[in-house]
Amino acid sequence: MTSVLPAHIRFRRASVIPGFGITFGYTLLYLSLIVLLPLAALVVRASSVGIDGIVAATLEPRVLGALKISFGISFIAAIVASVFGLLVAWVLTRYHFPGRAVIDAMVDLPFALPTAVAGIALVALYAPNGWIGALFAPFGIKIAYTPLGIFVALVFIGLPFTVRTVQPLIADIERELEEASATLGASRFRTLWSVLLPPLLPAILTGFALAFARAVGEYGSVIFIAGNIPYVSEIAPLLIVIKLAEFDYTGATVIATIMLAISFSTLLVINLIQAWARRRFGNA
Amino acid sequence: MLDAVARNTQKGIRWRSVVTESALVRRLAIAIAIAFLTLFLVLPLAVVFVQAFSKGLGAYLAAFQEPDAQAAIKLTLLVAAISVPLNLVFGLAAAWSIAKFDFKGKSLLMTLIDLPFSVSPVVSGLIYVLLFGAQGLFGPWLMEHGIKIAFALPGIVLATIFVTFPFVARELIPLMQEQGTSEEEAALTLGASGWRTFLTVTLPNIRWGLLYGVLLCNARAMGEFGAVSVISGHIRGLTNTMPLHVEILYNEYNFVAAFAVASLLACLALVTLAAKSFLEWRAGDTLSGRPGH
Repeated sequence: MTSVLPAHIRFRRASVIPGFGITFGYTLLYLSLIVLLPLAALVVRASSVGIDGIVAATLEPRVLGALKISFGISFIAAIVASVFGLLVAWVLTRYHFPGRAVIDAMVDLPFALPTAVAGIALVALYAPNGWIGALFAPFGIKIAYTPLGIFVALVFIGLPFTVRTVQPLIADIERELEEASATLGASRFRTLWSVLLPPLLPAILTGFALAFARAVGEYGSVIFIAGNIPYVSEIAPLLIVIKLAEFDYTGATVIATIMLAISFSTLLVINLIQAWARRRFGNA
Repeated sequence: MLDAVARNTQKGIRWRSVVTESALVRRLAIAIAIAFLTLFLVLPLAVVFVQAFSKGLGAYLAAFQEPDAQAAIKLTLLVAAISVPLNLVFGLAAAWSIAKFDFKGKSLLMTLIDLPFSVSPVVSGLIYVLLFGAQGLFGPWLMEHGIKIAFALPGIVLATIFVTFPFVARELIPLMQEQGTSEEEAALTLGASGWRTFLTVTLPNIRWGLLYGVLLCNARAMGEFGAVSVISGHIRGLTNTMPLHVEILYNEYNFVAAFAVASLLACLALVTLAAKSFLEWRAGDTLSGRPGH
């Protein structure tokens, strides 16, 4: 169709394989109908209240409180998930012990288990009369129905992301690096810290960002354990649901748009980290 | 070599490698990792089944006799049966156009396909309420014509399609890119039609990846809570899927029934994990193995 045009102007390179038109067209149509147009409608609706309206709705104390709780606890939970994710990935890749394959498969559980099921299971464990909650209750520490409960749920949700982004890179580490470091007289700790850790850093950051992004939007596993007290343990996604139930469509739309903007920024940061890693270490 | 080191250590031979940690550090790391995973993964799974059977098998089975529970199970199966095939067809079309052809804006298209993974489930439900709800963009028109989308089956299906949108495509695209186009070109030069090339050359090459994507897509479709909760309207016996039914039972303090229905969903998760491990073992490195969002 475009054979007369020079190569650099052509939209696509010529190929003997058929079916480009129909598959590409269908992809664009389906993508637009299901994803792009509905998301655009959300943004259009939010912008219809104007900048002042958006700012006013955001600065409403309850909204501000919910955003702080969502982003603050997600950030801490993603850090903890990253630290333990690194340890778990290292242990699963480097060490051999009985039950390793089963544990490796189990890491994906938070991803496969429906969030509502995870939510009620975590409450049953961490409530004051639950298996774990009962251990803390004598010390006056409440986990379920407090921000600590939200933290527990978000670590649970984030774990597969932090483990699975680091694991393949640990498996790919060249043994020669460690051997060279050791023969040059470095202690094992120094080898781990200054030879092995730096190339893993982009993956650790990517895992952190993925866990953070997922945690900010998480709903099902959090609402059961959170207690949902405004200003204390009410997360932003729940506030969207509450606003919607009150028919405050504008309020719900504004919170949703802020969350959308932040998750897209996170996505952008992840892409930048990976581009940087490809330049710096030749992997991502 | 690592295995040799580990075996030697077990046999008590004093032979220290420079490329692993001391036995003490190793054991400590394994102990911490296992304790952490037990606390965060094993116990939540175990507690579902313990609670479900806490009043005996009779009470457990009674939870499934309820008409509302049966309606929820049927609805969940129906929603998955509609949304998974639609995303499967989309995944194949997207992967075919992206992996087999060179065109401009390809990476943008791939980013857009991944977009639903970075949207909160609640927002995924909200966008369809804003379009099809009573106060939504098409709300009044739909009402006039007696068509129900929000708070009905079509809305639930749409929200489910949205949250499971990228699963099949993101599994197939890297796989088909890696396989290239030479086998298809050979088949076409030998006179096979495009359709026949797809069925007899491409499809057998991607079957494990395809199955893997469908598996993950299905697990999420049956288990989705946030998006479906926003758009379903929680009409008991009509628009409640299994995860929503679990929530209702739980909020009514009907814990045994809530955990009984939850245990069915937990079994789905376990089957998914087992099948996933099997496919990873069967297909080796050809699967990307990344978790979705």
